[in-house]
Amino acid sequence: MLEIRELYKTFNIGTINEKHALNGVSLKLNPGDFVTVIGGNGAGKSTMLNAVAGVWPADSGMILIDGEDISGKSEYQRAKFLGRVFQDPMIGTAADMSILENLALAARRGQRRGLRMGVTRAEISKYKEALYSLGLGLEERLTTKVGLLSGGQRQALTLLMATIQRPKLLLLDEHTAALDPKTAAKVLSLTRQLVNENKLTALMVTHNMKDALQYGNRTVMMSDGRIIVDIDRENKMRLKVDDLLRLFETHSGSALVNDRMLLG
Amino acid sequence: MLEYFASLKFPALMNNCTGAVGQGLIWGLLALGIFLSFRMLNIADMTVDGSFATGGVVCVMLIIGGWNPNAALIVSFFAGLICGAITGLLHAALGIPEILSGILTQFALYAVNLNILGKANQTLPIVKQRDLLFRANTDFLPRTILITAVFVGVVIAVLYWYLNTEHGSGLRATGINEKMARAQGINTKAMKVIGLALADGLVALSGGIYSQFYGSADINIGRGAIVIGLASVIIGDVVCHAIFRKRMNLLLRLVFVVVGSIIYYIVQAFVIWLKLPSDDMKLLIAIVVALFLAVPNLKQARLASFSGLARRNAKLQEQKGGEGNA
Repeated sequence: MLEIRELYKTFNIGTINEKHALNGVSLKLNPGDFVTVIGGNGAGKSTMLNAVAGVWPADSGMILIDGEDISGKSEYQRAKFLGRVFQDPMIGTAADMSILENLALAARRGQRRGLRMGVTRAEISKYKEALYSLGLGLEERLTTKVGLLSGGQRQALTLLMATIQRPKLLLLDEHTAALDPKTAAKVLSLTRQLVNENKLTALMVTHNMKDALQYGNRTVMMSDGRIIVDIDRENKMRLKVDDLLRLFETHSGSALVNDRMLLG
Repeated sequence: MLEYFASLKFPALMNNCTGAVGQGLIWGLLALGIFLSFRMLNIADMTVDGSFATGGVVCVMLIIGGWNPNAALIVSFFAGLICGAITGLLHAALGIPEILSGILTQFALYAVNLNILGKANQTLPIVKQRDLLFRANTDFLPRTILITAVFVGVVIAVLYWYLNTEHGSGLRATGINEKMARAQGINTKAMKVIGLALADGLVALSGGIYSQFYGSADINIGRGAIVIGLASVIIGDVVCHAIFRKRMNLLLRLVFVVVGSIIYYIVQAFVIWLKLPSDDMKLLIAIVVALFLAVPNLKQARLASFSGLARRNAKLQEQKGGEGNA
């Protein structure tokens, strides 16, 4: 599936704010892996996801999807392989377009956009069905502008858009961090549902240690732009949040100080 | 005073208004171009002052050179496409901010237009004016209005169709949320270049028809075109919203862009009829456009502002103070 090889990225080279965000990070995902990524602020979690998504070019290293190196492709070219959900619910959807139009845009990800109709009648029932599975009643509001939806609804829709055209890899960048706890739990369970139903390979960054252990079949811990711990399914089931904190201390040599994590 | 009112002739107003409808329809094409760049792509395209004139001078020079006037209009359209694409490339390929890219192209186009025209203005020989479809001459005005209306109708239909295609949806998404568009595999840079090219193509087409209408082209015909176009788009939006409220859709919005342009010229005709100095109209229109652009922000500010909160709190304090004394 996804393989990241020795990826490096430094921001603001040659300035006082120089930051080695990725220090030769390597990671290999097997088909069907649902990996949660944790680590302190500035550990490089989101940076790794952005590198995979192609938000900017990496300094060196390779990103392979199904054995094909995509590190030289631009963001929109890579979109063909990727489904993405962002931290900010406003980013994943086009506010001024209807639910229907947003889904139709997502369904054409990776295809040539020509002069055929942007939404065809045949698609509508497919989208209705998919929206129904979210359980939010959005199937009754197909022509509603997405800007009128709540943050949680928009995030659920973004999830659906990210998976409606089955991606080779789903990238979730703290996609519940901006939601209230109840909505966050709902969106997380939707995430699990969609990942399981479509048998997706996914990479989910989270600040919440409990979520990191509870979801997915594998957890990796990052520090200083590298992966320092890789926990597989069996070990994951035995671990508690306290164990995770201790693991971090022994591997990084520093305590995992992060209020959001402790409170989360 | 009496003399002034006596000098205002009603038939003259009606006459002016008919001319205004013609003008409004022609400038409606420009307004549709600005709608595409400003409302759909969310870019204030400053190229238009230059590309409108380019459309005009290209058309006039080709007709003088013996071209068929309608073929000349097609060339005007393509000249506009190139102008818009240049602005788009300055922004997308070289990273120059959108507004500056437009200003640079517009600035350069002045020289280009002057070179095409050879001097500051050129008039079409009367002989050539005879076979034009678009003529301001009173005898031909009704026919011109009819032809222009049909033409504008076709352009609206094509634009509406395009904006609903896969490509057009991608263009709209680019204007609304670039990050989302890229994540959905849309080449946002290409979309901006194509969108600006189409927008300026329409603007230049409008310029070409305008120059036929008056039988001449002047190096300065594009001056202020962006403001007139914005005014039309905004007037159209306001009127459309007032009539249709929530039933407003893309097709209605496109139609009302042209309605806005016609309203603009009728107001101008009225101002001229009142014998007010028409150059002052520019000041008036600038104020009106600024006001309408500010309305959404002012509405927001009315709901929540620092100064408003401070005033309410001061009032509360005062009341409390009053109670304390009593």
